[in-house]
Amino acid sequence: MDGGTVSLAVAKVSKRSGLTSSDRFVYLLAAPLVLILLVYIVVPMLATATTSMQGDGNAYKGFVNGSSATALGLSVGISLASVLTTGVLGTALAVLLSRFDFPGRKVLRLFALLPMALPPLIGAVSFYFLYAESGILPRFLAQYFGADAAAVSANGVWGVLLVHTMTMYPYFYLAVTSALAGSDASMEEAALSLGASRFRMWRTVLLPMLTPALVSGTLLTFMVSMASFTAPQFYNVQTLTMQIVASRTSGAYDVAAAQAVVLSVVSICFLLAMRWYENRRLHRGSSKGTPQSVKVLHGVLPRAAAGVGSLLLVLFLMAPPATIALLSFTVDGSWTTQILPPEYTVANYARIFTDPVSLRPILVSVQMAFVAMIGCVLVGVLAAWVVTRWKGPGKGLLDVMVMLPWALPGTVIGVNIVTAFASPTPFNLGQVLIGSLWILPVAYFVRFLPLVFRSANASLAQIDPSVEEAARSLGAGSWRALRTVTVPLMSRGIMAGALMAFIQGFGEYVASVVVYPPRYAPLSVEIYNRIYSNEFGTAAAYGTLQMVLILLVLAVSQRLETPRWARKSRAASRGDSAVTLTPVLAPTLNPIHETGDKNEHANEPANAAPRP
Amino acid sequence: MTSVFLNGISKQYPGVKPAVSNLTVTIEEGEFFTLLGPSGCGKSTTLRMVAGFIQPTSGSIHFGDKDVTNTAPNKRDTGMVFQNYALFPHMSVRGNVAYGLDVRGIPKQEKAKRIDEALAQVGLEEFGDRRIDMLSGGQQQRVALARALVIRPAALLLDEPLSNLDAKLREETRTEIRSTQKAAGTTCLYVTHDQAEAMAMSDRVAVLNAGELHQVASPRDVYNRPTTAFVARFIGRSNVLPCTVLGVHGGSVSVRVADGTVFRAPRVEDTISARVSAGDQAAFSLRPESIVLTVNPRLETTGQLTGRVLTAEFTGAVNIYEVDWHGQKIVVSAPDSFDRAEPGDLVSMAPHQDRVWMVEP
Repeated sequence: MDGGTVSLAVAKVSKRSGLTSSDRFVYLLAAPLVLILLVYIVVPMLATATTSMQGDGNAYKGFVNGSSATALGLSVGISLASVLTTGVLGTALAVLLSRFDFPGRKVLRLFALLPMALPPLIGAVSFYFLYAESGILPRFLAQYFGADAAAVSANGVWGVLLVHTMTMYPYFYLAVTSALAGSDASMEEAALSLGASRFRMWRTVLLPMLTPALVSGTLLTFMVSMASFTAPQFYNVQTLTMQIVASRTSGAYDVAAAQAVVLSVVSICFLLAMRWYENRRLHRGSSKGTPQSVKVLHGVLPRAAAGVGSLLLVLFLMAPPATIALLSFTVDGSWTTQILPPEYTVANYARIFTDPVSLRPILVSVQMAFVAMIGCVLVGVLAAWVVTRWKGPGKGLLDVMVMLPWALPGTVIGVNIVTAFASPTPFNLGQVLIGSLWILPVAYFVRFLPLVFRSANASLAQIDPSVEEAARSLGAGSWRALRTVTVPLMSRGIMAGALMAFIQGFGEYVASVVVYPPRYAPLSVEIYNRIYSNEFGTAAAYGTLQMVLILLVLAVSQRLETPRWARKSRAASRGDSAVTLTPVLAPTLNPIHETGDKNEHANEPANAAPRP
Repeated sequence: MTSVFLNGISKQYPGVKPAVSNLTVTIEEGEFFTLLGPSGCGKSTTLRMVAGFIQPTSGSIHFGDKDVTNTAPNKRDTGMVFQNYALFPHMSVRGNVAYGLDVRGIPKQEKAKRIDEALAQVGLEEFGDRRIDMLSGGQQQRVALARALVIRPAALLLDEPLSNLDAKLREETRTEIRSTQKAAGTTCLYVTHDQAEAMAMSDRVAVLNAGELHQVASPRDVYNRPTTAFVARFIGRSNVLPCTVLGVHGGSVSVRVADGTVFRAPRVEDTISARVSAGDQAAFSLRPESIVLTVNPRLETTGQLTGRVLTAEFTGAVNIYEVDWHGQKIVVSAPDSFDRAEPGDLVSMAPHQDRVWMVEP
């Protein structure tokens, strides 16, 4: 071979892109996706950052020595305390319910996830009416036991902590339950037969296995606590999220932006920490092995104690929604210092459905949540598919871009959007959304895109890539294969994610407070306004309707459970109603879905390059 | 159907050894051609390049006269059977088989006819309306085959299609696949790591190792006339002994092994035996069944190796012996009716005439 042919051959080789037509299709779909993510997620963040720098960074100087620093400290402190309390409660409940059988276990299992069905605002409101100084329980104790109502009530920071504990423990509960269900009994038996005591076995075998679940639970709870706004608002605790809204209300936009930037940085750090931890996590042994045995409690006394304990816990879990339901029948303004509201009526409901002005918040929320849901589905499914099929660098970046809003507190997302869409610029494609009804669906879309994305991702991970290849080799083009094979197989996951996005949007409060146009208050904002003007009955009636709708949607998504063709593989890994809730409500707590696709590249050569 | 020509194709992933390097093979029209090799040898990568799922780093792929190197998988007109079948779980058996016909816009009546034919061909006439998860593994395998064949592909590509079946079903199915392919006259590229499967089904076998092509030949030649030590060892069992070439005669080569024993190997064109000359270091392969074992031999006999039996294993038809010969283990299989040796016995091993076969080391 002479020099000429060699260089010709080299030229020919280097001209090859190495891309197959499927790869090109992925990049083609990625283009509009990246544009959407840039306009609605990245640019608004940058807009806030830019605003925070106006005034030569004075906002940051003020941050360090002003009340903002105190607020940040308070936020961090409350979050750490929340991690501790939710961790203890959630883990204990998970161990108790997965490893022991006692009277009341089934009921307790059913109700353990109830807090996840509560819209955040309703959760905070109900705890306030139940346990705050003017709440039902402190008044009851004061009247019948002569206790000091102020001393037995949960106020201020304690109130926030109570709300956090009771609404966020499911993060730990779900993670630990799933880890315990995934563990193989034979491993514990092996430890015991090697002579380990039960305590030693827990310490040396089970606890290390639970570590990933505990770490994810910790990170998740910390993030959500940092983002919490509703509880601090009700108990008037000046956390950083509260400060942001206060600063904006007083017109100090740069201060608000600086506070939002600091909060974003903290949250994003936690998101990245979580991703890093999940990626380095070891595979769990997936032996089909011995199923877990459940320890049955024996003896009259332990059984009775367990029964009473379960009953109390169920009552405790039932109390918040029950309180809201009860309050929804009170006459506005009649409940002052009594333990329970004295007068009851159905007028609150009648008015909502007959008075167009009262009905409007519901209509606004339904429509806005629906529009946002459509957007979430279109973009979320596309994003999930692109990220899964993307080869080469950039995949991680795309993933982070979609997941960013999930890490950002709702308040911050509200501030970002308000800042970015205030006046027409090339970056927001000339859209001005302030004062327009469209700002609500945009905010909901940004907030709940990660939900649909993760849910679609989970169902995509269950689909063997070779099924799509089979369609391709049978002659279907990329688009046709996606439309006739992949999307139908993902449909249940998409539907579950869409429903979740809808009910979350329907109950959304935190971002709405920042962005809503004056005449069109969404439902949650209306609830808050009614409480503020002492119309507890109407507020609670709205809240009850909200809960009813959420339960309805949850029931529907339970019906939509796993399709028959995927049931076999999933049934082996998990066994209760947590299955459908987990991937959507707690997006990062689904290790099983994420590791399920590892062996699907079996038909790749063993010496092929590892996929990034 | 068509011939398939792989013209020096390579696949190189950054930072690792090439998955496939410079592979040139022609698969004739209607031929059943097998890529055989251990896992990681590049056989699946090659198949996926033919299917169009992987783009070769260099080289070109031709179907007949057409260069398909840059053609999308859906335009290549191949039928592929996947290792895990990759059936569409949300469609019935008929829906799966119909998929490729729908894509091609085949009219309704003809479509129904062809689906019926394809299902009959694999013996699943009764199962058209079944859901996929209601079928056994073997039935799913046959649906996958029917789905690939019904489009009358230019080439049928099979990626270890039998590896998920149990041993008995595997043997039945391989006969079925072979006869279905013969009846349809489809060009067939088959990938497996199971040498028995490759031997039983193929017209020709290509043996690959670590991305390199070692031999392309009929099953019989691959077994009896391996070109390299790897092929000799990978197909069946074989003893590969290093040797020095003493001299080249008309139709044979004489070689000497470490202990001074001299053997004659046939000299065959296009093999290493035709290229060696006196003084070269070389190697030859000797099949366990091509060795006659004698217990307590007379030591002065020439042309045989002497050693001590390490293990003796009775397997029914034959006894398998491992014999220590100057530190190298030599495997011998001898019919049970012959001299029986026990561990520790001194034995001689004499190769059958012409069964000393020179291989590339």
